[in-house]
Amino acid sequence: MSLIAEIYIFVLAVLAGFQVIAKVPSILHTPLMSATNAIHGIILVGALVLAFSVHGTAALVIALAAVLFASINLVGGFVVTDRILAMFRSEREAGRSS
Amino acid sequence: MNPIAQVLYMASATLFVLGVRFLGSPASARSGNRLLAIGMLLALGTTLAFAPHYDHVVWVALVALLGSAIGVVSARRVRMTAMPQMVAFFNGLGGGAAALVAAGGWPGSSGAASWLALLTMVLGSVSFGGSIIAFLKLQEWIRVDLRMALGLRLLGLTVLAAVVAGAVYLATSGHGGIGAALGVMAAAAAGGALLTLPIGGADMPVVISLLNALTGLSAAATGFVLQNQLLIIAGTLVGASGTILTQQMSRAMHRSLMNVIWSGKAAQGEAGTAEGTVQPITHDDTAMLLRYAKKVVVVPGYGLAVARAQLEVKQVIDLLNGFGVEVLFGIHPVAGRMPGHMNVLLAEADVAYDQLWEMDRINPRFRDTDVVLVVGANDVTNPAARTQTGSPLFGMPILNVDEARHVVVLKRSMGRGFAGVDNPLYVDPKTRMLFGDAKHSLGALVRELESAQ
Repeated sequence: MSLIAEIYIFVLAVLAGFQVIAKVPSILHTPLMSATNAIHGIILVGALVLAFSVHGTAALVIALAAVLFASINLVGGFVVTDRILAMFRSEREAGRSS
Repeated sequence: MNPIAQVLYMASATLFVLGVRFLGSPASARSGNRLLAIGMLLALGTTLAFAPHYDHVVWVALVALLGSAIGVVSARRVRMTAMPQMVAFFNGLGGGAAALVAAGGWPGSSGAASWLALLTMVLGSVSFGGSIIAFLKLQEWIRVDLRMALGLRLLGLTVLAAVVAGAVYLATSGHGGIGAALGVMAAAAAGGALLTLPIGGADMPVVISLLNALTGLSAAATGFVLQNQLLIIAGTLVGASGTILTQQMSRAMHRSLMNVIWSGKAAQGEAGTAEGTVQPITHDDTAMLLRYAKKVVVVPGYGLAVARAQLEVKQVIDLLNGFGVEVLFGIHPVAGRMPGHMNVLLAEADVAYDQLWEMDRINPRFRDTDVVLVVGANDVTNPAARTQTGSPLFGMPILNVDEARHVVVLKRSMGRGFAGVDNPLYVDPKTRMLFGDAKHSLGALVRELESAQ
């Protein structure tokens, strides 16, 4: 795929991103940040492909370090976001449990 | 790339956008996060199924399992007050991973691919260095003498300028191996670290948002390097989110981004001193004032979290609800160390989210509010931001608590806020000061209200 097509995708993603994220209210900004934090764990995709195909010890160490960093980022990000969101309860839900 | 893999990646990108959309309301946010996680699993499954090689599978599996285990354990153990440093830490790792992936594929590349890889290495490493310092500062493991601030900033800038020059040289000369890549990354990380070192705790919401945007962009840049559209879309989403949050946090502090990064504190104007007398109040008078009010608004600041008094606040509002008093929270966007932090801390103390009102929504209601209880917040309630043109706070959006009938401010003693401005609210004739540690004062209010039942 050509670079220009990728720039197209980038620009459209910027527009879509601003649209959906501007709608998130400030009460949810912490989970928004920790969830988007988990999303950039997507770099694990790149780290895996790299680690599967590198030659040489130095390159393998770099690739494995990337896998380690990205997997902590990804898994930790989703787990912590879920923990935060589990605490958000409406008045109705809070009343039912107590 | 295999067309089936392309389609699956596209489905995964769709799930990311939908997931973020679901994060827009507290009722659907948890499913939103799950959609994001499903999208991520789909992306990883597709990558594993269609990878062109499978060398080093055992090593990769072991390291990925180790990383996942570290991620789960730290995410489960972290206290909600420590959420900003956890997010900073994960953010740094994401940036570091993007830089490493770009570095691993860089040697031997040329033209646009080489430039993009170097750009990713620089962005990712700056984010890594900055985030790790933000983590250490928020964790209070390091402190920086502010007299060193200017030196650190100049040094950081110099290092980054050298990094850019080095990267341009490597891209144009077309040679350089793993060693050169590591050198660029180490220097860029040092530059990011040096620039983050002098930034103060109150400015952290802006800095964390900015670093978040930077890591997102470095992931997107990796997408350009690997020609992977999913990485471009996902990274850009994060970049957009970080950018929006950076703007909103800067606006809420009435500071430009440049001001946060370069000066480290709000502009020094004439510190306005308000004339008047401070009127103290006792615990039992406060309890009575609250008990016979119809509408009460609690304005929490980071001081509440520092005093770890969230549970006491919850007890007070439960008791007041029992007396038929309507209680809401009015929350300023920068009440905490990261965007939205105070909401999480109160949700943890079991305050329902319908009671957490953001600034723009609560401000028109102060006029019909009987009592405002200010706990651990100062600058965000300072009317000088509206009225005194010479004040450093002038223009900052605040909670208009002075429009309520009565204001009770919980405060340890008469100090000054971080901008060095005396708060005219404290000498307003309708304000009463309840001096003492917030946790202790709220505990005393709980006892008074219980005995009034």
